[in-house]
Amino acid sequence: MQKITRDQLIEKAASLLANGTVSCVLGWQKGEFDYDITPAVFETEDELKANFVWNDFCGANFSKYLVSKTKKCEGKILVFLKPCDTYSFNQLLTEHRFDREKVYAVGIPCEGMADIAKVKAIAGDGISAIDCSGEKLAVTTIYEDAPVMIDAKDVLAERCVNCKSKKHVAYDELIGEDGDVIDSARFDEVAKIEAMTPDERFAFWQNELSRCIRCNACRDICPACTCEKCVFGNPNSSLENKSPANSFEEKMFHIIRAFHVAGRCTDCGECSRVCPQHIPLHLLNRKFIKDIDSFYGEYQAGAEVGSRAPLVNYTTDDLEPGEVFERGDN
Amino acid sequence: MRKCSLDSMNLVFAEIAKAASLYLPVDGKDGKTAYTKWEDGLTWSNSLNTVRGPKDFFFPQTENLVEFKTSGKNIEIIDTRSASEDFVVFGVRACDVKSFDVLDRVFLKEPTDSYYASRRAHGILIAAACTRPTETCFCQTFGIDAASPAGDISIWKTETEVFWQSNTEKGAALLEKLSALTEECSTEAVDAQKEKIAATMKKLPLADLSTDAFGAGKTKQYFDAPEWKELSESCLGCGTCTFVCPTCQCYDIKDFNTGNGVIRFRCWDSCMYSDFTKMSAGQPRLTQTERFRQRFMHKLVYFPENNDGMFSCVGCGRCLAKCPISMNIVKVMKTIGGKENA
Repeated sequence: MQKITRDQLIEKAASLLANGTVSCVLGWQKGEFDYDITPAVFETEDELKANFVWNDFCGANFSKYLVSKTKKCEGKILVFLKPCDTYSFNQLLTEHRFDREKVYAVGIPCEGMADIAKVKAIAGDGISAIDCSGEKLAVTTIYEDAPVMIDAKDVLAERCVNCKSKKHVAYDELIGEDGDVIDSARFDEVAKIEAMTPDERFAFWQNELSRCIRCNACRDICPACTCEKCVFGNPNSSLENKSPANSFEEKMFHIIRAFHVAGRCTDCGECSRVCPQHIPLHLLNRKFIKDIDSFYGEYQAGAEVGSRAPLVNYTTDDLEPGEVFERGDN
Repeated sequence: MRKCSLDSMNLVFAEIAKAASLYLPVDGKDGKTAYTKWEDGLTWSNSLNTVRGPKDFFFPQTENLVEFKTSGKNIEIIDTRSASEDFVVFGVRACDVKSFDVLDRVFLKEPTDSYYASRRAHGILIAAACTRPTETCFCQTFGIDAASPAGDISIWKTETEVFWQSNTEKGAALLEKLSALTEECSTEAVDAQKEKIAATMKKLPLADLSTDAFGAGKTKQYFDAPEWKELSESCLGCGTCTFVCPTCQCYDIKDFNTGNGVIRFRCWDSCMYSDFTKMSAGQPRLTQTERFRQRFMHKLVYFPENNDGMFSCVGCGRCLAKCPISMNIVKVMKTIGGKENA
């Protein structure tokens, strides 16, 4: 259950629309099954009342949409940001990807989002309704008479289990109370992979990446991937490919992408959320974050606007290339 | 009708695998189900369906078509086709079986696609009835009966037994080979299961979705509908819906430069991609809204227009489950189809 209610958010949005602060609202639109929520632009209170939704399935990070929507929306656009979304928001501002003046950001606390796959693993198939308003999720299916009651913490998305921060690092206005940066265990999985032998590690990634169907969902959802034209989607680049031609192709795409977002990835976890093949892509990015932390001191992309990321900065204390080499096989 | 015990399936699989490669839905370590080549001990998944459809076996995501080699001023043309192996795809659901009617319309129409045709000739589909359909299922919208799947052989699984019925000559020949492992039986248990499935189908949240508002002759009515803009507003332009779709069949043909020649291959294309059908004259669909419209108009209007009313969606629900922003054909049908489809 989220601490802030849908009604509070609608009330806030309606008043900002009414007093002319904003002309449109970027929000979550309800779907067919209570969990299939679509990002949408709302322009009136009636639209909000009819279709706006805020529940445990509002995982979509709106920051990237601001790149296109701020150009389309006349006047300011209201965006609701969860704590993790605010890091992407700052990172995009650092990269001058949208006009801050065109946005009114409202920070909202988040209790963590649910992973529908985990819900289904407990409640089974045939979900006809999910009620997120109580202490527990009440999941009704066509196969059971009584709803299955599920503790929200048992179905938290991986990225929320390893939530790095409940603190908003950007907003014009905050609803509810702000939280703190969390000392999460998010690097534990990375450490496990680091502990493998090179052969084991190669086999691990080959197994994961061999499932890739090159749908590009990871790239297209990624708030750090905002190139107007990606080399991998540009027929004139000579690198374009629409499908995994061989196993090297998949590795090349994902590893180049991970390099490209290194130092800029805020670890929002959208890549793994959207992957239809359940490839744990966030682990590639986390490895880069972990290494950057250990080489150059702790750095969180998006924690502030305009910070110089270690990879594009120079200090006399910087690690010498030889020290990296000495890490040997790792 | 014949039957065997569920416990004996490993023997059945072994018998099938003697003469052909056998692929069946198997649960992976990640908990997701994928068609996997059978080897001793692999068990048939209980899950409803695989992430990727059986389309891949007949129309793979990438395949080489022909090779050219140059030496001096000569170009050698090499036919790289290898002989198709006999194979059996086991546990295909009714929706996915129907998807081959759609694909056949495209690939087996003159001029026949010999790559696809060869695999169709060598492949056998064993189709399984759905005992536990899920909320994203809407095959019945397209007149598909989840309780009586087509295919070369239809099977029904109960708690303890598997029932078999052949529908084609290929299927009958395969079932004949399994005669020592199966026994003749009445249709009683299967009839009971069919009734149960029919009752379940009625309870599905999308049970009332209808195609009445769509079909041939609707191009003018919907092409300029203002709703396309709103529906496509947050589409990412990724290819997930098209690549998990059992009926999407668009492909691109490309040349790979090997240094002293060319490998000409084809790979799946996606109407969601910005260079889809790009020609020397340019790109006919400049915005994501136009590309988004293409996908749904193709499935709901253009395809039926050219194929005696057959829709090119089978209601498998993969796009509903996999779209990163949960925009899908059901939402399109309800919005564009208006009151007729709400």
